[in-house]
Amino acid sequence: MSAAQNPRQYVISFIFIGVASIILLRLFFLQNFESKYKILANDIAIYKKVVYPPRGAILDRKGKVMLSNTTIYDLMVTPHNVPKTFDTAQFCAVLDIDKAGYKKILERVLSRNIDVRQSPFMEQLSQEQTARFQENAYMFPGFELVERNIRAYENASAGIVLGYIGEVSPEMLKRPRYASYRQGDYTGFSGLELQYEEVLRGQRGVHYLERDKFNRPRDPYRGGTLDSQEVSGKQLDLYLDADLQAYAEKLMQNKIGSVVAIDPKTGGILTMVSSPTYDPNLLRGRDRAKNYAMLYRLATRPLFNRAIQATYQPGSTIKPMTGLIALATGAITPNFGLACYGSYNYCGRPIKCEHKDAGHAANFRLALAHSCNSYFCHVFRLTIDYSKFESVRTGLQVWHDYLSAIGFGRQTGVDIPFEGTGRVPDSAYYNDRYKFSWNSCTVVFVGMGQGELSVTPLQMANGMCMIANKGYYYTPHFVKAIGRNENDSLLKKYQEKHVVLNIPDTTFSIVQQAMQDVVESGTAVGAKIEGITVCAKTGTAENKAIVNGEVIKMQNHSMFVAFAPRENPKIAIAVAIENAGFGAEWAAPIASLLMEKYLKDSVSVKRKAVEDKMLNAHLINKYVYTIDSVSRLHDAQVYAARMERKRITDSTRNANAEVMLERWIYQKTKKK
Amino acid sequence: MSSLRKSLFYRIDGIVLALYVSLVIIGILAVFSVEHRTTDLSLIMMNKSYMKQLVWFGYSLLIGMVILLTDSKFFSSFAFLAYTIGLAVLAVTIFAGVDVKGSRSWLGVGSFRFQPGEVAKIFTAMALAKFLSLPETNFKTLKHRLVGVAIALTPALLIILQKETGLALVYFCFFLVMYREGLPNTVLVIGFSAIALVLTTLLLDRKVLFVVLTVLAGLVAWIMRTALRRRWEPRILLVGIWLFCILFSQVAVPFAFKHVLQAHQIDRIYSIIGKEVPDEYNQRLVAGEEKKGNSSEYNVLQSKIAIGSGGFWGKGFLNGTSTKNQFVPEQNTDFIFCAIGEQFGFVGSAILIILYVSLMLRIIYIGERQRSVFTRVYSYCVASILFFHFAVNISMTVGLAPVIGITLPFLSYGGSSLLSFSILIFILVRLDADRQVLIR
Repeated sequence: MSAAQNPRQYVISFIFIGVASIILLRLFFLQNFESKYKILANDIAIYKKVVYPPRGAILDRKGKVMLSNTTIYDLMVTPHNVPKTFDTAQFCAVLDIDKAGYKKILERVLSRNIDVRQSPFMEQLSQEQTARFQENAYMFPGFELVERNIRAYENASAGIVLGYIGEVSPEMLKRPRYASYRQGDYTGFSGLELQYEEVLRGQRGVHYLERDKFNRPRDPYRGGTLDSQEVSGKQLDLYLDADLQAYAEKLMQNKIGSVVAIDPKTGGILTMVSSPTYDPNLLRGRDRAKNYAMLYRLATRPLFNRAIQATYQPGSTIKPMTGLIALATGAITPNFGLACYGSYNYCGRPIKCEHKDAGHAANFRLALAHSCNSYFCHVFRLTIDYSKFESVRTGLQVWHDYLSAIGFGRQTGVDIPFEGTGRVPDSAYYNDRYKFSWNSCTVVFVGMGQGELSVTPLQMANGMCMIANKGYYYTPHFVKAIGRNENDSLLKKYQEKHVVLNIPDTTFSIVQQAMQDVVESGTAVGAKIEGITVCAKTGTAENKAIVNGEVIKMQNHSMFVAFAPRENPKIAIAVAIENAGFGAEWAAPIASLLMEKYLKDSVSVKRKAVEDKMLNAHLINKYVYTIDSVSRLHDAQVYAARMERKRITDSTRNANAEVMLERWIYQKTKKK
Repeated sequence: MSSLRKSLFYRIDGIVLALYVSLVIIGILAVFSVEHRTTDLSLIMMNKSYMKQLVWFGYSLLIGMVILLTDSKFFSSFAFLAYTIGLAVLAVTIFAGVDVKGSRSWLGVGSFRFQPGEVAKIFTAMALAKFLSLPETNFKTLKHRLVGVAIALTPALLIILQKETGLALVYFCFFLVMYREGLPNTVLVIGFSAIALVLTTLLLDRKVLFVVLTVLAGLVAWIMRTALRRRWEPRILLVGIWLFCILFSQVAVPFAFKHVLQAHQIDRIYSIIGKEVPDEYNQRLVAGEEKKGNSSEYNVLQSKIAIGSGGFWGKGFLNGTSTKNQFVPEQNTDFIFCAIGEQFGFVGSAILIILYVSLMLRIIYIGERQRSVFTRVYSYCVASILFFHFAVNISMTVGLAPVIGITLPFLSYGGSSLLSFSILIFILVRLDADRQVLIR
C-alpha cells in the first residue's frame, strides 16, 4: 500500500466541508430569518377567488316565484389570443359598437391587466347582442361569453315591495353595516331586498388557488383546506298574493294612490300597491342608473311608495275610530243621537254635512252608516271635553293615546324600509301651535278626519285589522318564512300579538255593526259582495296644494277602508286614490273587487261593468304635472340660490385669507 | 491476493452506489413534485420530464452495467485516444453546434441532442489520470506541470469558443487534483484568494470590504508577529498584498466601471452574478434613463423566494407554490435545488448537502486507498468535478455565486448531465473494484 498518508487529502476534504458549511449557513439564514420571502411567495403564488352564491329567491303565499335569478352574459377578452388578422369591422357590427369604442375598451383592458389574462370587455350584454355574438363566436378567437347571475322579476309587479339591488358605492363601503362588502359587490337598495339583505345575500365563498407566473389559476392551494364554501342566499316566503297583487295593480292603473290589504289573523300583507307602478326589471343590469333617473323624473313619482310613505288626511274613514274611542271612554252611548240639518253650527262657522234629512244621525249606527259630519264632530268634542278628564288637554291626550296604540301617528314597523309616520296631534302640539289658547272647537275638524291628522294607507289598513280582530293586531309584515323556516329569529317580532286596547268586545261589535250598515244601507252600497258580510267605511278627504305660496283647493281624495267577512275576518283593506272624488265612487268598488277576488278567487260576472269602469278610469289630473314641474322648478331655484350663497361666502373667506396672508408677509418683510 | 478471487459483485463500493442511486431518485422526485398537477389522471405520462428522466436513469444503469463488465485496464489504455476524440468533437461543435440561447455547445443527431462539453469532462479526467500515472512523468518539474494544466484547460478553451463560459469554468476544478498531486500550496491560496477578491468586490459594499481587508491584514500580522519581527520580507509581502487588494477593489474596479467599460458590459457582468447594477455604476441612470432589471436578477430573486419561503420544515411534498407554478425559471435544470428548498425547508436542504459531502468525501477516501496512481487521480477528478458543480449550483440559487449554467449533479433534469455523471461514477466504481491491481 501507499507509504505515508498524504496530508493534502485533508486540505481538500476541509475545502469541501468548508464550502458546504458556508452554503448551509446561508441557507439557515435565508430559510429561518428572512420572513419577507414567505410573504412574497404567498403574494405571487396564491390567488384568492371569490365565489358569489345565488341570491335568495322570493316566493308568494302560494309558492309562486316573484323574484329569482337569471343568467346574462359578460363578454370577456384575452388580448393575447386575439389574432393579428382579427376582423374588427365585423366584430363591431355584431356588437353594435364603433371602431373607436372598440379600441378604447381594448386599451383600457390592456392597461389594467397583462394580455394573457382574461378581462371583461363588455359587461351584461343585451339579449340581442348575446344571440348575435353566439352565432358568430367562431370568427372571434380570444373573445368568450361568461355567465353571470342577475335578478329577474317574474311578472314585473310589486316592484315597490321587492325593491332592487345595485353595486355598493364607495360612500356606503365606509359605513360599518357594509364592512363585509367590497367594491363591486351588490346590495339591496330598497324594499325587501334591502330589509332582508343579510338573509338574501348568502355567504360569499373564498377559494384559494395557486397561480402560475402568468396569473392563471391552477391547483387549489393546500388541497383547498383553507377555502370557505359559499352559502346560498335564503329563500323568502311572503304572505303576498301574486295574483291579487297583479289584479290590484291593474285596477289602480292610471290612478295615483295606493292599496294595502292585510290578513288580520296574522298581520301578513296580502297586497301593497303604490300607483303608478313601474316595471322592476328596469332597475337591474346595465341600464339601472339610466332608468332610475328616468323614473325619478316622472311627475307621478312611481319610485315613491305611497302605501307606506304618503300621508293623507283620513277623512271620514277615521269615524269608526272616533266612535270607538267615544264609546270606550263612555263619552257617549250607542243610542246617542244628534239632530243634524246639513251642518254643524256649535263652533262658530258651520261645518257642512252631506245629509240634510232629520234623523240620519239618530243613533251611532245610523250616524256612521250615513257618515254624518256633525255627529262625529260633536262626538269628538264630547270625548275630549268629557268630565272624566280634567281638561280638554288631558282629554285630547287620552284620545291621542288611543289612536297611537292602534298604530296611527307612528311607524307600524312593517318589514320594508323608509316607512312614514303620519301625525296624530296631541295636546303639546296644539299648546305649541295656539300658545295654550285652544279648546275642543279649535280642533273639531280632527274628529272627522281633517285638520292636522294624517295617516298612511298602511296605518289605515292596520286600524281595520284592529277592529276586525276586536282589540289586537300583529305588526304588518310581508315575510312568512325565511329559508322555509317560519320560526326564524328575525320573524319573532312579527308573531307577537299586540293587545293594545282594553275595550270590551261588545263595543267592537257595535262599531262593526255600524260598519256593516255602511255597506248594506249606507254610503258604500257599491262595495257589497254577495254572500259575504263586509264592514267598511268610505272617506272623502279634502286637500289643498300650496303652489308658489298660493293655496289651491284640489279634487278630494277618494278613501275607503274595509274588512271581511265580519264573522271570521280574512282581509282588511285600505284604498286611497288621490284627487279622484268621493270615496264611494272609486276607492270603494276597487276595494270591494279586491276583497271578492281574494275571498272567492274570482270576481263574479255581474260586476263586470264595475270592473271595466275601474280598469278604464283615468284619474290622473293634469295639474299633477303642473304642480310637479312648478315644485321642481322651485326646488331648483332654492338649490341654485343656496349654491350661490355658498359660493359668495366661500369667495369672501378666500379673499379674507388672502388679505391676511399678504398682511402677514408684509409684516415679516418689514421686520427684516 | 485472496480478494481478487472474490467476484466483482463483492468488490464494488456499495456506499458510493447507494449515495448515487438515492441522489438520482431524489432528483426524479424533485422534478415530479414540480410537474405534478392534481388534475393529472395518471402518474405515468411519457411527455412529462420526470418520466423522461426515469428513462435516462434506466439508460445510465444500462451503461453502468456495461462499464462494470469492462476490463479496468481498458480505461487507462484508451484514455489518450478518448481525450483526442473528445477534443475533436468539441472542435467540431464550435462550427456544427446547434444554436441554443446564443451558445453553440449542443450537437444534434436527429431528435437526439447532447452537450459534448459535459461528456468531455470524463475524457479529460481519464487523460489527466493517465498522464500523471505515466512512469516517466515527474510532476515536480515545471514542464510536466504545464502539460497537466494544458490537458485540463484545452477543453475549457474550446468550450469558451462555443460561448458556454459556465461549463468551461468547471475545468478549473482540475487544479484541485493537481494540487493533490504536487502543485505548490501557493497556487491554491492565490487561486482561492483571487476568486474571493473578485466576488467580494462585486458583491460587497466598497467601504465594508475595505474594513474587512484591513482587519484581515491586521489579524495575519498578529498571528505572524514573530516572523514579521525577525525579517523584513514578510512585512513587505503582507503590506504589498493588502495594498494590492485595496487598490484593486477600491480604485481599479470602480475606475474600470466608471470610465472604461460600456453600459452593456457592466450589465452583463452584474447579470452574471445576479445582482442589480449599483447606482454609481449605472450609466443609464446617470443619463436619466429608466432602470431596468435584468433577467438573472429576477431568476435569483424568484429562486430566493422559493427557497426562503420553505422555512425550517418546508411546505411539504407537492406543496411548493413557487416551484410548481413556473415562477422560478430553468426550474428543472439549473434551479432544481429550489424544489428541495421550498418543499423540504432547511432540514431537507441540509440532508441533501450532507449526502453530497458524504459522496465527495467517500470518493476521496476511495482515491487514497488505491495502489495505482491512475485510479487515485481519477477519483480526485470525480470528486473535484462533483464539488465544483455542487458548490456553484447551490450557491447561485441562494445568491452566493454568479448565475452560470451549471447543473446540480444527479438531480438536474437532462440526459447529457445525468449520463455523464453516471459514467463518471461507474468508471470510478469499476476502477475501485480492482484497487489491488496496478493499472497503468
